[in-house]
Amino acid sequence: MSTATTPPTARPRRGLPVVRQLKQAVGLQRGMLVAGLVLTGVFLLTAALADLLAPYGYNQLRDADGPFGAQQSPSGEHWLGTTVGGYDVLSRVIYGTRTALAVIVVAIVLSIFIGVLLGLLSGYFGGWLDRVLVVIADAVYAFPTLLLAIVMAIVISGGQSGLWSGIFAAAISITVIYIPQYFRVIRAETVRIKAEAYVESAKVIGASHWRIMTRHVLRNATRTLPLILTLNASEAILTLAGLGFLGFGIEPTSGAEWGFDLNRALSDVTSGIWWTSIFPGVAIVWVVLGLTLVGESLNDLADPRLRSRRAADAGETGEVTVVPGGPLGAGPGGLAGIEETR
Amino acid sequence: MTTTSTELTGEPAAVPEAAPPTRRRRGGGGLGSYIAVRFLLIFPTIFILVTSVFFLMRTTGDPITAALGGRLGPEELAERVAAAGYDRPLLTQYVEYLGQLIRLDFGTTLSTNQPVTEVLADFGTATLELAVYALVVALLIGIPLGRFAAYARDRWPDAVLRVFAILCYATPVFFAGMILKLIFTSGLGWLPANGRASTRSEILIQTSVDNPTGIYLIDAIKTGNGEVVRDVLEHAVLPAVALGLLTAGVFLRLVRTNVIGTLGMGYVEAARSRGVSERRLLRKHAYRPALIPIITVIGLQVALLLGGAVLTETTFEWRGLGFQLSEYLQARDFVAVQGLVVLLAVVVAVTNFVVDVIAALIDPRVRY
Repeated sequence: MSTATTPPTARPRRGLPVVRQLKQAVGLQRGMLVAGLVLTGVFLLTAALADLLAPYGYNQLRDADGPFGAQQSPSGEHWLGTTVGGYDVLSRVIYGTRTALAVIVVAIVLSIFIGVLLGLLSGYFGGWLDRVLVVIADAVYAFPTLLLAIVMAIVISGGQSGLWSGIFAAAISITVIYIPQYFRVIRAETVRIKAEAYVESAKVIGASHWRIMTRHVLRNATRTLPLILTLNASEAILTLAGLGFLGFGIEPTSGAEWGFDLNRALSDVTSGIWWTSIFPGVAIVWVVLGLTLVGESLNDLADPRLRSRRAADAGETGEVTVVPGGPLGAGPGGLAGIEETR
Repeated sequence: MTTTSTELTGEPAAVPEAAPPTRRRRGGGGLGSYIAVRFLLIFPTIFILVTSVFFLMRTTGDPITAALGGRLGPEELAERVAAAGYDRPLLTQYVEYLGQLIRLDFGTTLSTNQPVTEVLADFGTATLELAVYALVVALLIGIPLGRFAAYARDRWPDAVLRVFAILCYATPVFFAGMILKLIFTSGLGWLPANGRASTRSEILIQTSVDNPTGIYLIDAIKTGNGEVVRDVLEHAVLPAVALGLLTAGVFLRLVRTNVIGTLGMGYVEAARSRGVSERRLLRKHAYRPALIPIITVIGLQVALLLGGAVLTETTFEWRGLGFQLSEYLQARDFVAVQGLVVLLAVVVAVTNFVVDVIAALIDPRVRY
């Protein structure tokens, strides 16, 4: 990652991040981006309209005609059947979007806020604080995320919980895992940017540290954030589902959570009951797939070596760095590449 | 990151890892000191994790109340807590805990009253076996497909493979495992659903093998009974595929991106201009250097595999560390959970060290 030749200034004002990329993308990449946006859009709409879409409540066990019954196969009454606990599968899948969305939002907001702040301080001031934070971030980073999430879930909720405490337990567990990622990316960018001439100019003028950090450094350090954000959102869902599967989920009476439902469906599978597991599972895959497709496409579009050109396939005609600062730090390796950037 | 920040801040070496100006040839001393420094870095990593896990777990209160609270009367509970020393100041307990760790004592489980190290000895091999199978599956699927995707770049096979790779990542292991079970166990009836071997084979292994390694495949081969080997392998297929697919997607993507990257390098262009065939360019010139990062990533995958193993083992009742961990979680035995988590942290830290050293041995550019 050579940064010597890139002029950091003269950067055209860009539109909304995703819209710009949508215009830039061609062919296959456009298809993937559009597919990802559609999947994500359906997820968001479902979460917003859950009350209208779901035929029953997520914890409803009976209606006017009596109890639903357990493990009923899909029928006109229950399109996707009922679970071993006697809940309507479709309704729980639909309401599960709300839990998922809430966890994503809380986790991302918290980890961005803390991670960016720490990364900025650490990269800007350097010194012992920087070293300590880097070592801690590396230590947390190297740890299996699920195990860390388990520890955090025990700490926060003691294992079992209602809807909002469950959401916060999952979200905070995830936050702890992702802070190091934001920290690393922002810190690396900050270290690079603070050596730029315009930061020096700002210092000479007498701008305060805070002003330089927020106006000069932060604004230029955030270009990789949308990418990490989508990827972390998808990992948040997977972690939430993993926690739920291990029994650290939200109680079925207080909220719908797909991982927990899958845990309950585990024994159904051996007796050939497929509808209790397939539908919540597909819901998880749907959301993660949508978010990952968006993130992946953004990654490829930001990396000139991977971007398909609008012009006739030019092979590799030199490095045309469109993104200021050279190719994205997350270069080789796509998703995994981000993790390699040290 | 080559620009020096020293003249700006007046603070030398503000960025410890980005200090290339000091690089000098020191007649081969580079590797040795790199390994030494890298080795020393293990300790702060483990220390930080141990410390945070200890204090985090204690914020919930003591483990005995967590495990038995509600089941015992208050006096009896207080007695048990005092007997285990959980009523002393937290710092005293912490220092004592560190002392135990140095003597490799990771605690004793509350629910089964078994040292955690013993749990590791009993169940670690099962997890190791599963992880190795999964890694083999992942490499067998990921590398050839990744190379093919790079070869077919931007054509439909590439699109299919990339979506496949993302699907691998997007599917939670336990869901993949459940689908596999639905198809191959309850649907087709080809493969067993749970466990590491049938009870008959397990008894056979225990009775006829002198020093069982705990790795069932090796033990099964030792029995010399073809049926047992077959049985053990049949049990391994579904868990290995479920966990392997998770990582296969990562390898596929990595190989694809790296091969595309190296295909654009000057030396490949030079070889092309010399008339080297496209097939050979892909196979020799672009493919080989693209494999180097795989080694580093295998190291990163160890953490992912261990996390995945917890879920996979629970799905398939594969009696390894992960399965035990989820049992302890159900039993709210937080001493055991803490012990296992810390133990796994050590495993991960040491593996990462080994992988970094291997990467440094293979590729001199890694060292700094």
